[in-house]
Amino acid sequence: MLPQSTHTSFEKKRIPVLFGIMAVLFVLVGQLQSWNLSLAILNLCLISAIMTLGANIQWGYAGIVNFGIMGFAALGGLAGVLVSMPPVQAGWQAGGMGLLGGGVIIVLTSVLAVFVWGRIKHITRWRYWMMTAVILSGYLVMRAIVDPAVEAIESIESAKAGHIGGLNLPILVSWVVGGIFAAGAAYVIGRISLGLRSDYLAIATLGISEIVIYVLKNEDWLARGVKNVNGLPRPVPYEIDLQAEQWVINLASRLDTDVPEMSSIIVKLTYAGLFTIVLLMLFWLFETALRSPWGRMMRAIRDNEVAANAMGKHVTAKHLQVFVLGSAVIGLAGAMLTTLDGQFTPASYLPLRFTFLIWIMVIVGGSGNNFGSILGGFVIWFFWIESEPLGLWLMDVITAPLSETSALRGHLLASAAHMRLMTMGLIMLLMLRFAPQGLIPETKR
Amino acid sequence: MDSLNALVVIANFVVVPGLAYGSQLALGALGVTMVYSVLRFSNFAHGELMSFGAMIAVLLTWWLQAQNIGLGVLPTALIALPVAMLMTIFLALATDKVVFSYYRQKRSESVTYLIVSVGVMFTFGGLIRFIIGPADRVFTDGQRFLLKARAFKKMTGLNEGLAIKTTQGVTIIVAVIVVALIFWFLNKTKTGKSMRAYSDNEDLALLSGINPERVVMITWIITGALAALAGTLYGLDKSYKPFTYLSLLLPIFASAIVGGVGNPVGAIIGGYVIAFSELFITFAYKKVATYMLPAAWAPEGLVQLLSTDYKIAVSFVILLVVLLIRPTGLFAGKTI
Repeated sequence: MLPQSTHTSFEKKRIPVLFGIMAVLFVLVGQLQSWNLSLAILNLCLISAIMTLGANIQWGYAGIVNFGIMGFAALGGLAGVLVSMPPVQAGWQAGGMGLLGGGVIIVLTSVLAVFVWGRIKHITRWRYWMMTAVILSGYLVMRAIVDPAVEAIESIESAKAGHIGGLNLPILVSWVVGGIFAAGAAYVIGRISLGLRSDYLAIATLGISEIVIYVLKNEDWLARGVKNVNGLPRPVPYEIDLQAEQWVINLASRLDTDVPEMSSIIVKLTYAGLFTIVLLMLFWLFETALRSPWGRMMRAIRDNEVAANAMGKHVTAKHLQVFVLGSAVIGLAGAMLTTLDGQFTPASYLPLRFTFLIWIMVIVGGSGNNFGSILGGFVIWFFWIESEPLGLWLMDVITAPLSETSALRGHLLASAAHMRLMTMGLIMLLMLRFAPQGLIPETKR
Repeated sequence: MDSLNALVVIANFVVVPGLAYGSQLALGALGVTMVYSVLRFSNFAHGELMSFGAMIAVLLTWWLQAQNIGLGVLPTALIALPVAMLMTIFLALATDKVVFSYYRQKRSESVTYLIVSVGVMFTFGGLIRFIIGPADRVFTDGQRFLLKARAFKKMTGLNEGLAIKTTQGVTIIVAVIVVALIFWFLNKTKTGKSMRAYSDNEDLALLSGINPERVVMITWIITGALAALAGTLYGLDKSYKPFTYLSLLLPIFASAIVGGVGNPVGAIIGGYVIAFSELFITFAYKKVATYMLPAAWAPEGLVQLLSTDYKIAVSFVILLVVLLIRPTGLFAGKTI
């Protein structure tokens, strides 16, 4: 055990030191590989850090196990499409009424279901069958109205459009809308499932997020499904326009790079600026929340639900609140990701990448600490990308004694790309075992 | 005649595939339930454990095929199966020793185990892809069909054929044998009884002199064997692809929970419930309706409740409904 004084002085320096190391790593990638790559990693690190902040407010502040991060991120991405793409007028004319009709039927069925439930709740034997009958007939009516409409929409210029399009608003609006989408979904999911035990909640949220992805993949009228939506409008200038600008050409010659490289770096820096603003705002908000009476109450609930309940705190309501808030942040990050990619590809949403990787970020960074979440997002994403070249290099060194044509060497080199999954798993297991508090532990307040 | 034809259509497209898929889910869910009732956590690494077992079976099958060793009409993988089971058991025991036993000593909360099992899932997934790569592998050999559609038509004189793949037959028979063995073990042997006692009431079992480490070890042995079995049978029936096993995890959890987590009978019935609801809800009833209804009423569309794209989503919906209405599952109670 270290003497107490050195321990605390290290604690104080820990945050700047760790972030300093991170900065050095980015400079190293910039110098050794390319600045373009370094900035590309940085941008995704920023988005990951925001997602991790959202997941951390759920797990670290309140102890809610949300394995549905992927679904909320995808809903945010959907907002990117629905807000920024131009509307497909022909699609709306062909099937707009049908879709609206279907929406009305869904609302009516839900209202009817709630009403009927109130009447039949006491009939213990038949109530579930009766409920099923009500919901199923609503569903069949909805399908009868919606199916022809969907078919009509999807048949319009299916190679290019085949969906309803969006609102043609600036894509930055979608960041807010993405947050709202995710918050809405989280409210419904939370109302239903937050009463469950933690492992059931984990399985339920994982299942719901899979359902969200299934819907996005298969409902082509909404966002073209697996055909993807490409060419989303951008909030930053295009490289090709920048290359014609005189100041870019001048800057490139002064910094001794070529013009296309320079323009691409400027675009990435602009994105990084936008993302950093969002990250700092959220960080300030969350730090303030954590220091406030609300934050104290959340920690009290997390540490002892029964006692908090006895003190008059409505545990389930507070859980719902924090679940919605965290999911909204994840949705916001999802919309930012779609903005950065310039396309929406439902097939790219995989639980390993979007749910479990974010969890590793939370755990490694330090649950319950916002600095830790940001650092976790940075470190894990950095190594998720860089473990491939590193793994290849490592394998090359290890297998150097083997001959060039050795089959084992060939296999090991080819498999190096899969090292990242194992690396991540091992990092997570080692952290959980030897430093369960994470890189930056939660501060005692 | 028409109604017989309709029945054959349903048997061919729903009942036979449902029995095979249900058996695979049931074996998987049995493993999840075992871990849950003794170690008291939901093991997210179970899908990858299944994948590991199947991978060993694939590798061994290739080797056996290269040596020209086979079972004739039956798939060669059946010879590989015992070794695959042993290797998977070894992996499960090693993981317990290196990873889980520490948290058991610390008496961690079940949510800690859950998160740890996610780390194990990543590690296994990486290990598997590192060894065999992410590609699709077909390793079925031997005779493809037990019963061919054309032979069935000739035999019965019906319009519709009924085909049974060898892998489906093997799956169902192996599942029946293994399930019978497990129940015999749990109900009749002393070790099985001590396991049930331990899962029922840990403290009481300890007082009665039951060695917890032994119970845990046996649980992992059974779980590993079941996982290898379920994974290999699934791989034989469809094809072996590492990432499908992660998506198989949810239907397996759904089966275990629908039946009542911790209850082996429930896990088996849950497996079939999930498999048959997936198939019945996404089945296109057009042909059946054409046979059963007068010609004038014959439907134009596919008469499908939900498109087949949503097949797996069905199991999640059932899972959610069960969690909300009856979280204890169909067979309540946490007992093996």
